[in-house]
Amino acid sequence: MSDIALTPPVPVTTEAPLIRALLIGVALIFVALFLFAPLVTVFVEALRQGWVAAIDALRLPDAQAAIRMTLTIAAIAVPINAAFGIAAAWAITKFDFPGKAFLITLIDLPFSVSPVVAGLMLVLLFGANSTLGGWLIANDMPIVFAFPGIVLATLFVTFPFVARELIPVMIEQGRAEEEAALTLGASGWRIFFTVTLPNIRWALLYGVLLCNARAMGEFGAVAVVSGKIRGETATMPTMVEMFYNEYLAVAAFTLAAVLAMLALLTLLLKSLLEWRHADLLAATRRH
Amino acid sequence: MYRTIQIGGHALAQGIFLRSLGDGRIEIDAGHARLSGHPVATPRSSETVSFHSAFRKALTGGHLRGGLLAGLTGLVLAFGGTTPAAAQDSVEILNVSYDPTREFYREYNDLFNAWWTAQGNAPVTIRQSHGGAGAQARAVIDGLEATVVTLALSADIDAISERTGLFPADWQSRLPHNSSPYTSTIVFLVREGNPRGIEDWDDLVADGVQVITPNPKTSGGARWNFLAAWAYAERNDLDPAEFVGAMYRNVPVLDTGARGSTTTFTQRGIGDVLLAWENEAFLALAELGEDAFDIVVPSVSILAEPPVTLVDGNITSDAQRAAAEAYLQHLYSPEAQALALSHYYRAWDTSLAAPEDAARFPELDLVTIADFGGWPVVQPEYFGDGGIFDQIYEE
Repeated sequence: MSDIALTPPVPVTTEAPLIRALLIGVALIFVALFLFAPLVTVFVEALRQGWVAAIDALRLPDAQAAIRMTLTIAAIAVPINAAFGIAAAWAITKFDFPGKAFLITLIDLPFSVSPVVAGLMLVLLFGANSTLGGWLIANDMPIVFAFPGIVLATLFVTFPFVARELIPVMIEQGRAEEEAALTLGASGWRIFFTVTLPNIRWALLYGVLLCNARAMGEFGAVAVVSGKIRGETATMPTMVEMFYNEYLAVAAFTLAAVLAMLALLTLLLKSLLEWRHADLLAATRRH
Repeated sequence: MYRTIQIGGHALAQGIFLRSLGDGRIEIDAGHARLSGHPVATPRSSETVSFHSAFRKALTGGHLRGGLLAGLTGLVLAFGGTTPAAAQDSVEILNVSYDPTREFYREYNDLFNAWWTAQGNAPVTIRQSHGGAGAQARAVIDGLEATVVTLALSADIDAISERTGLFPADWQSRLPHNSSPYTSTIVFLVREGNPRGIEDWDDLVADGVQVITPNPKTSGGARWNFLAAWAYAERNDLDPAEFVGAMYRNVPVLDTGARGSTTTFTQRGIGDVLLAWENEAFLALAELGEDAFDIVVPSVSILAEPPVTLVDGNITSDAQRAAAEAYLQHLYSPEAQALALSHYYRAWDTSLAAPEDAARFPELDLVTIADFGGWPVVQPEYFGDGGIFDQIYEE
């Protein structure tokens, strides 16, 4: 027994407690100053004239239309991008084909392209001065400065979120389980629903939540193609700007607060799911 | 004093009151012609005069002389004999406007709808879009389906006509006063007590003074600002290019629209002086408190004429055309003129305005765009690619 030497526990970090406290303190102050304080300001400004004024502001027809608009767009853009993200991630991680690296780069394109450029691309493609756009407008199917253009702009900027979340997870998981299922005679759809989907569900959920947050919050690309028609093509973020420019500070900040709350709700939902299924998450080491 | 008369149908004309004709009609001087008709907003006689007979009467009576005839014919064609929309389909109008008109049109749309439905028409759904005038014109060119455009200056509306052919190039003669139902001018907004002692244009080129004005490439108001500064330099025998160049070197931020600049100055606290539409400056005082800012009126400024027109090519039905034409025409009615005055615009007809609204505007020396040769000359020469603004700003 004597030859088993018990090594004393070595602390992982060597910093003195004071330095550790200092580092943590700096991080907390930074978060408080740059994340928490601005967020609180939005809520304070919204409630500056009391709850009644804030609620009245949300009752404004323009505000209601903007909220409806944003929710509708998210309801369209998020499922489409989720389906596309799964398909892309599936193709990229489970199959080998030429041009794979190029496809991955292409998926990232919306991350690197400025949203304003994304909006202008749509205007150039579908505007009255392009052949396609001219024909569409002549046939009473306008794309830009109308609902479809805003959906397209949102789709473009939220394109990579789901695929980007899934690809690393699926690469890490490898193909062994799918191949095993295949040798046991499972069909493609069955493999997907019983093997792949359960494995990626947390990453998928995370991607969908991020995608949703961005879809509801996108300003730049939407502002270019919206035409700023009140009550018709104004989303929540563009309406916030309009209210602010019209000296309707309470309405602007109340709508901004609702937008912030939607984002917070998204994060809360994610944390709640992580906490609720902590054991499952630990087992699969997924997000 | 300016009065508005009805010649028949929805046709209105506006001019300086000359005399009462005794039968309820009055005679006015509308620029180059004398017109007579019933003043709007006074109880009218039960006799309804058809537009055409009134027109003929005016012609035979010799009240109408050359000059305005072409313009008036356009007006007749556009507005004479429009019948109330028979179809009860809901009619929609999209008004694409510039930045500072938000508050005015919000109220005008209600006023118009109340009047329009009182005439026995179905209510009209009016949608609004606001932004820098240049950017808004660009959007209409790119396919934003405006029914009417109400922009900051005629050059932007000219650009739409030129590039799309959606309405004729002589659109500006279709409505009275160069199609400008209201006008404004450019004044200075300074911080309370005027700490930098800014009194006139030459104080803007002093070292260390920060001037806030939007980008003339995208904002109509900014082009009026530019020309007003130019006019001051010319009046005072300074080299205009050098003077305006020095002023722009004092500009820390160029926003895209007038309202953006106002927020930069008033809410973000940047700059010592804001070059603003007079109506925008009064609005900032009303919204943000008289004790925060002062208005300074320079010795020279420019008469800014923000015109309106119908985008004929985007009209989809007769009912929509009738409503849209009436929508623009009604801007000249005394009620709408009073509303414009209450929103700090220099409107023409003060007969229904509150006395304090009509008396608010300081008298000052106003140059006009015609002194510069008109927008078709000014736009390319000063604000086109490689134009005077580009040369100045590159320095």
